[in-house]
Amino acid sequence: MGRYLASRLLQALLGLIFISTLVFFLVRLTGDPARILMSDFAPLELREQLAERLGLDRPLYEQYFSYMSGLVRLDLGDSFNGQPVLDILLARLPATASLALAALVVAIILGLPLGILSAVYRGSAIDMFSRSVALFGQSVPAFWLAIMLVLIFSVILRIFPVAFGTGPESYVLPSIAIGWAAVAGIARLVRSSMLDVLDSDYVRMARAKGLPPHVVVVKHAFRSAIIPVLTFSGLVIGSFLNGSVVVETVFAWPGLGKLTMDAVNGRDFPVVQGAVIMIAVFFITINLIVDLLYAYLDPRIRYG
Amino acid sequence: MHAAAVRARSLIGSTRRLPIVPLLILALLVIGAVFADVLAPHEPLQVELTNALQPPFYHEGGSLEHPLGTDELGRDILSRLMHGGRVSLLLALSVIVLGGVVGVALGLISGYAGGLTDSIIQRAVEAVLSLPTIMVALVFVFVMGQTYASIILILSPFVAAELARMVRGEALSIRRTNYVALARVAGASHLRVIVHHILPNVAGTIIVVATLQVGALILVEASLSFLGVGVPPPTPAWGLMIDGGREYVATKYWLSLFPGLAIVLTVLSINWIGDWLRNVLDPKQQML
Repeated sequence: MGRYLASRLLQALLGLIFISTLVFFLVRLTGDPARILMSDFAPLELREQLAERLGLDRPLYEQYFSYMSGLVRLDLGDSFNGQPVLDILLARLPATASLALAALVVAIILGLPLGILSAVYRGSAIDMFSRSVALFGQSVPAFWLAIMLVLIFSVILRIFPVAFGTGPESYVLPSIAIGWAAVAGIARLVRSSMLDVLDSDYVRMARAKGLPPHVVVVKHAFRSAIIPVLTFSGLVIGSFLNGSVVVETVFAWPGLGKLTMDAVNGRDFPVVQGAVIMIAVFFITINLIVDLLYAYLDPRIRYG
Repeated sequence: MHAAAVRARSLIGSTRRLPIVPLLILALLVIGAVFADVLAPHEPLQVELTNALQPPFYHEGGSLEHPLGTDELGRDILSRLMHGGRVSLLLALSVIVLGGVVGVALGLISGYAGGLTDSIIQRAVEAVLSLPTIMVALVFVFVMGQTYASIILILSPFVAAELARMVRGEALSIRRTNYVALARVAGASHLRVIVHHILPNVAGTIIVVATLQVGALILVEASLSFLGVGVPPPTPAWGLMIDGGREYVATKYWLSLFPGLAIVLTVLSINWIGDWLRNVLDPKQQML
């Protein structure tokens, strides 16, 4: 386990360095970030002042070094309104994380039964139904689904609130809008791994012993079939962070996605840069945890 | 098999029959987009404030003059949808071609060469795939400017990485086959082996992955233009139209509904065809 842990940690670290470097160069691609930050009509002096404050007048390698050493010290710089970027991001993180978790719950609640049913009743109408749901799920843009959900449930039926609120009911629509896309993936995965397991010797044995079908499916097959879903959940949460930018914008959800959009519109570049790094860190960390958990559960990976 | 199952199967078409419905839908959309200049009933950019927010034809007050109504500036929605389709398809196809060529080449090299080359390429691929696409594209387009070129440039690596990963896996197993070894013994160069013996055998995978990627790209492009960092306005783009209709959603739902339906129909058809291609080209996967 030690060796696997080390190599996996190293991989995660390389990923973080890659992303931070990418963001660093992305911001400097145009040659002069100060120009993006300020209007073209700003006086040259002001631009130079800004460049100096951001350290843009120093040589590139020096900038890169101080940027990276800042990251190591968890210093993401200051927002244009003077607040440290890290504080701003941390204040917004819970809203995004809780929404992503809610979306995962939605995706599992819908995807798991669909996958199980379509594996157990393979080739039946239920199977076809769940496969069309899967196909449909991958084809609907999250932001449009969000708007249509608002139209139906908030405007016409008046069941759920239009925007972010304090109660748990404000989670319903955004988590469906974000989670919807993952229903398909989870259903497919559960279906194929259930099919494998249902075909295995020990399930046949359980059947031969005369156990009732629901016991075989729930107690024997389902337990093994659930492992791949675990890995997938990690990837799914990552993709939710991606979806959060658009869905948070629709619901005025005070999370990282909305923050990024506002920062882009307000040209608050340190915040944009910090948000991208933060989300990437989140993504890499989740993948790391899932991989380690998976290796813990399945010894073949550790020694593979 | 139950009768219901037979019926469901013929409806959804998990069989290998040609998926007529999505092909027809896609053909209509492509024709509408390609010949938008001739076919669109109105100029997509023509502002007519006296005509603003007309309802679609089936509503009271609607007319066939503007079958799907008009937006807040009085521009014809149907015409804008047709021109928007052109933007979506053009962008998606450009990205597929650029990212596809690079990705397939990298995947072939990675799988065929193995060793250090393989490790380096695969680490890079993993790194790209671990990036949040929309976030990175958002920042890139914001920095580089809202042009076709910058959108194509930033989305291509994601397609390339996806293809490189899939192609590499296939190339790896083909490399170990006897006919590759024999070709080498017969004096074929590495390049010849890759192009003549490996590439044809991964073509199926490439076609399937590329098709599904077109669908995914249309969604990403729509998200970007919804966020205001897609193709610059006033060029009609589907995501932009949905965003424009957002504030009217309570009373003028059609502003957002129709562009969304256009996206769903397009992507659904493409994914459907992609699934069908996978079934046809890779029978092992058929029941998965």
